[in-house]
Amino acid sequence: MKGSAWRSPSLLAGAAITAVMVAVALLSLVWTPYRPTAMDFVHRLAPPSAVHPLGTDSFGRDVLSMIMAGAQSSLTVALIAVAVGAGLGIPLGALAAARAGLLDDLVMRGCDLAFAFPALLTAVMITALAGPGAGNAMLAIGIFNIPVFARVTRGAARGVWAREYVLAARAAGRGDAAISVVHVLPNIAAVLMVQATIQFALAIVADAGLSYVGLGVQPPQPSWGRMLNEAQTFIWRAPLLAIFPGLAIMLAVLGLNLLGDGLQDLLDPRLRRAR
Amino acid sequence: MKRMLLALAAGALLAGAGAAQAKDTLTLGMVLEPPHLDPTAGAASAIREVTYANIYEGLTRIDRTGAVQPALAESWSVSPNGLTYSFKLVAGVKFHDGTPFDCSVVQFSYGRAMAPDSVNAQKQLFEPIAGIACPDRFTAVVTLKRPSALFLFDMGWGDAVMVSPKSAATDKTNPVGTGPFRFRQWVHGDRVELERNPDYWGSQPKLKAVTFKFVSDPSAATAAVLAGDIDAFPLFPAPEAIDQFRADKRFAVHVGTTEGKTIVALNNARKPFDDIRVRRALTYAIDRTQLIEAAQSGFGKPIGSHYVPTDPGYVDLTGTYPYDPAKAKALLAEAGVKPGTEITLMLPPPPYARRGGEVIAAMWEQVGIRAKLVPIEWAQWLDQVFKRTDYDATIISHTEARDLDIYARDKYYFNYHSDAYRALYQTYVQAVDPKAQTDLIGALQKKLAEDEPNVFLFALAAVGVADARLRGLWENQPIPANDVTGVSWAE
Repeated sequence: MKGSAWRSPSLLAGAAITAVMVAVALLSLVWTPYRPTAMDFVHRLAPPSAVHPLGTDSFGRDVLSMIMAGAQSSLTVALIAVAVGAGLGIPLGALAAARAGLLDDLVMRGCDLAFAFPALLTAVMITALAGPGAGNAMLAIGIFNIPVFARVTRGAARGVWAREYVLAARAAGRGDAAISVVHVLPNIAAVLMVQATIQFALAIVADAGLSYVGLGVQPPQPSWGRMLNEAQTFIWRAPLLAIFPGLAIMLAVLGLNLLGDGLQDLLDPRLRRAR
Repeated sequence: MKRMLLALAAGALLAGAGAAQAKDTLTLGMVLEPPHLDPTAGAASAIREVTYANIYEGLTRIDRTGAVQPALAESWSVSPNGLTYSFKLVAGVKFHDGTPFDCSVVQFSYGRAMAPDSVNAQKQLFEPIAGIACPDRFTAVVTLKRPSALFLFDMGWGDAVMVSPKSAATDKTNPVGTGPFRFRQWVHGDRVELERNPDYWGSQPKLKAVTFKFVSDPSAATAAVLAGDIDAFPLFPAPEAIDQFRADKRFAVHVGTTEGKTIVALNNARKPFDDIRVRRALTYAIDRTQLIEAAQSGFGKPIGSHYVPTDPGYVDLTGTYPYDPAKAKALLAEAGVKPGTEITLMLPPPPYARRGGEVIAAMWEQVGIRAKLVPIEWAQWLDQVFKRTDYDATIISHTEARDLDIYARDKYYFNYHSDAYRALYQTYVQAVDPKAQTDLIGALQKKLAEDEPNVFLFALAAVGVADARLRGLWENQPIPANDVTGVSWAE
């Protein structure tokens, strides 16, 4: 397993970028070059320099510090959103696969219904109704993650349920719940992990989108999406203000997608056999 | 293929024909959506910014320079003792609902505003009135309890417009006035549409229809103007983008003045704002020049009291509490406010509040006050802050002209109560001599600066962007209004 990981450049690149993001986010909890909310009015809209490596924004805040703190808020929102989606979606999917029949239909048609709503629009609607803020953004993004996890879990789990060892376990008198936990979930963990990575990337984009329209993390807490929004009207005077948070979002998403791809190559047994 | 080309050519021809025709509609951008459309029943400036002079008219009107002009009263005479105003009304005027306008409507409108159960936001305008008589149908004689130098100006306010007795009760949703435009529809959360009133008594406006579109986000406002979705944005929320519009020949930029006294309103009834040392400390902590630079791109003038530099009798009190964080800290310590104390700062949608709030929070943080920023929608602000006074502090611009009276009211959302100020205000309203009046206006400003019930920040500038072909827009805002009756498109 370890050997094949070294042969996958996308996995390595993805893991490296993601690790840097996480490290930056963690570091911002204890240290940023400046306080991300501190304003230096004398140096507003300053270009990148030794003092401010990425320059300052219209309030004279250090952009590097804001991006670091933004990484932390962005990853937190995405992590919790994915946790909500996985936490509810996986049991639902496992249940649907175990019980089949009417319950299966009910869960899957519910997912179809949820898929019929465009995900980001639904999130905008939920935060517009429940009020803007990081908490509601996590919930809103988490909610549209539920059917994704439910469907993936159910599809993969159905395959496992057809296996002989599951039949054997059943013949031995084990219940649906026990079989799901002991036999099914460990066997589909790889698929779920890949899915979680992809959903994580989507959640970061969704968080940036919500913050961009003012429904995500609220000021003065920095967020990439709001940095983009604020940079928009300054685009002619300080274009770099829009470029840096944009790059941050791009890198975070790229890293996670590469990681997801790499994981899929690595963990999918069929692909491994083909190699 | 041939057919497709033909269709394309026809389409291009049609489009060309459309462009050649002079434009006769206007889409005007506003930051805030009005809570309703009855200017005689609400304080929000946005109501007047849609309806003033367009839908509703009063006996007098305020023009673009702030001067009083005849409106539904074509002329008037004042008795030598200043107590009797005799208005000659325009004959043959009809409301949009068909009701004829005459002296009985004046009695009705003013009577409604003066009634004990009146919901007029500016009742004090009518306070000097002793009675209204109708010697004939088109003469209204208003007698006053005492001379009032500002009476004709006051009757030009949006709050003193004429309303039809038949439909006054439903003006909030279906406004009916005598103006050159009548109400067509209101798509809540998006726009209000007006159309030309073909039965207007005066000269017809050049525009056939006007749409007021509500966009509070600076980026969205910029994009809408650039795309031509909005033709004019008189109080443009993205002053930082002005240079971009200045460099673009398609647009005209104008920078004027407003009556907007932008303040941090403090709930004087709540601790710790009941302590004058705290209110002064919060002011000492703010560098107004930097605030204007950072939040308004430098547009706006610092103020030291509830009065703007463009109004008569202005006294510069910006030096009363100059930026001095050390002094602010000392005053807070003296008042027993511990470092790290949290204040909730409510921020309504306009950028002066949302952006100003972030700047002020950073400045207060320097003196140990932590401001918790709470963005709040406009309707919620009007209800929670303005009506129920359930707040610590908020940032807001008071756009009414010369509204020193609000500090003398029994109930107002600052909860500022000063007998000395009230006495001074009474002396002012009863003063007849212009010199004494000016002195008293100065004294009122000084009293407010001394008590500092709110943190006085800056006079809001009217930074406007419009299509360069538009003519006749107001450059200044002597009263909250978007009078589009004189607006037209150049060829």
